[in-house]
Amino acid sequence: MSSGKRPRGDSATVDPSISSRCADADRCGVSRRHFLQAAGCAAGGLAPAELPAQPAMRDALPLGARPATTSTSQRIVRLRINGADRELTIEPRVTLLDALREVLALTGTKKGCDRGQCGACTVLVDGRRINACLTLAVMHEGSEITTIEGLGTPDALHPMQAAFLARDAFQCGYCTPGQICSAVALVGELKAQALSAATFDAAPTGAVPRTIAISDAEIRERMSGNLCRCGAYVNIVAAVRAVAEGKA
Amino acid sequence: MNDVDYRRASSVAEAIRLGAEPGAAYLAGGTNLIDLMKGHVALPTLLVDVNRLPLAAVTTRPEGGIRIGAMVRNSDLADHPIVRERYPLLAQALVAGASPQLRNMATVGGNLLQRTRCHYFYDAEIAACNKRTPGSGCAALEGRNRIHAILGASDACVATHPSDMSVALAALRADVVVQGAEGERRIAMARFHRLPGDTPERDTELAPGELITAVELPPSPFAARSHYLKVRDRASYAFALVSVAAALDIRDGSVRDAALALGGVAHRPWRVVAAEEVLVGKPLDDTSIAAASDRVLAGARPLRENAFKVELARRAIARALQTARGNT
Repeated sequence: MSSGKRPRGDSATVDPSISSRCADADRCGVSRRHFLQAAGCAAGGLAPAELPAQPAMRDALPLGARPATTSTSQRIVRLRINGADRELTIEPRVTLLDALREVLALTGTKKGCDRGQCGACTVLVDGRRINACLTLAVMHEGSEITTIEGLGTPDALHPMQAAFLARDAFQCGYCTPGQICSAVALVGELKAQALSAATFDAAPTGAVPRTIAISDAEIRERMSGNLCRCGAYVNIVAAVRAVAEGKA
Repeated sequence: MNDVDYRRASSVAEAIRLGAEPGAAYLAGGTNLIDLMKGHVALPTLLVDVNRLPLAAVTTRPEGGIRIGAMVRNSDLADHPIVRERYPLLAQALVAGASPQLRNMATVGGNLLQRTRCHYFYDAEIAACNKRTPGSGCAALEGRNRIHAILGASDACVATHPSDMSVALAALRADVVVQGAEGERRIAMARFHRLPGDTPERDTELAPGELITAVELPPSPFAARSHYLKVRDRASYAFALVSVAAALDIRDGSVRDAALALGGVAHRPWRVVAAEEVLVGKPLDDTSIAAASDRVLAGARPLRENAFKVELARRAIARALQTARGNT
């Protein structure tokens, strides 16, 4: 997600309930990114990566991820993330999402609803997509965790990242890391001929189909765990389909 | 989320020992428990992580049925070759539930033990919920109750069990295998989840500290003809308003055996054996379908906002049975 300034009027893509707390981000003289972060903090959710180093802001962190507490339940948790071994000292209640964002400063993974309903926090664990917000970091010792930062770099994009760019498959970009992680797993699931509800819908009289054809309906159903408030779905489906069909 | 201790169980025996401690809760996929903890609805003091127990296999049984380990993930179960071939109804119900991400996390045991619930149960700001706080009342009775139960409810609770998998398991006559300090026992799916009565805080017949180790399915005569129909407000990723698991064994144009269970209508998967029996011994036609619907919905007591569910259930039963029958 770019941190650069966008043209005026871009704040129209911000959820009205958030922007009402500060009528016009540009007029307030803050960048769009900092505006979003502040608005998110007000909602009890988002916090910038720099927070752990700023004691004054410490209380903005989720419980359990605060760097120095009197809790006796903190423990060392070893995670393998994007190919690197990381050691964290956290309480067991810290979710994988908060561990990534607030402890390791891997802020590519986004916190949307924080309740398993929006998919913004989707990451890959041993190649499978999961919601990082509904799982504890301590549960994943020994697993291979891949976040958006591990899929590609600006100089060497993952094919799915390139496809999202080429097809303009986003507007504000907030859900995009989750969409891309989810879509990468989707392509593997389609290759493995994993079933979906759409597979049954396309089948005659309830029989399990022998082969699954790539279709917009299949991709829409399989991406239904990732919401996009900007409504970029048409282009998201096009990007995912292009990669799934090897045309990206 | 409250501060909580965490232990990773390395054996079933260790899990059961830890699970007997006060304030302990088993942690599997976490998709419901951690969500409830975030909402301060569940407040365990010890999480017993059962994810690494050796209970993640699907195996065939000598008499032709299968045993599904409690830690099998929902997505793996739907895609297991034996399930796809012999129990397509279960596969179809599984992929009708939640999202791909959640199905990758959720386990069979955890799916069974997700809380029977409604919006009011989930909102700890609302005082009246007998399921969350016994004796506090039920906000849904006179509140927004469009999604609530039409069958088997009580004045204490009108919540529904949201699992799709459980509806298929009820239709397929599964047993839940549980283990506790007293040893192992089997509970028929039809009795595993409870009706609310005046103790809606208890969703299942599981005793405190007991651990689900497996689900067993008998051989199924329904592999060729089954259908799981889920009717919901969105095309995907929403709980059922009404769902129907229907399966038929038809020989020479006559129904030899039938399975019928509904979701979204009661505190537990709603299977009525008398409705299955009325379908048997004759061709499936509009008359027998109507008779089966009558038996399923006998005693339906809709609330102010959900009377539509009665007619919706009637039509969904007909559609599911006709689809299961196919055009042959």
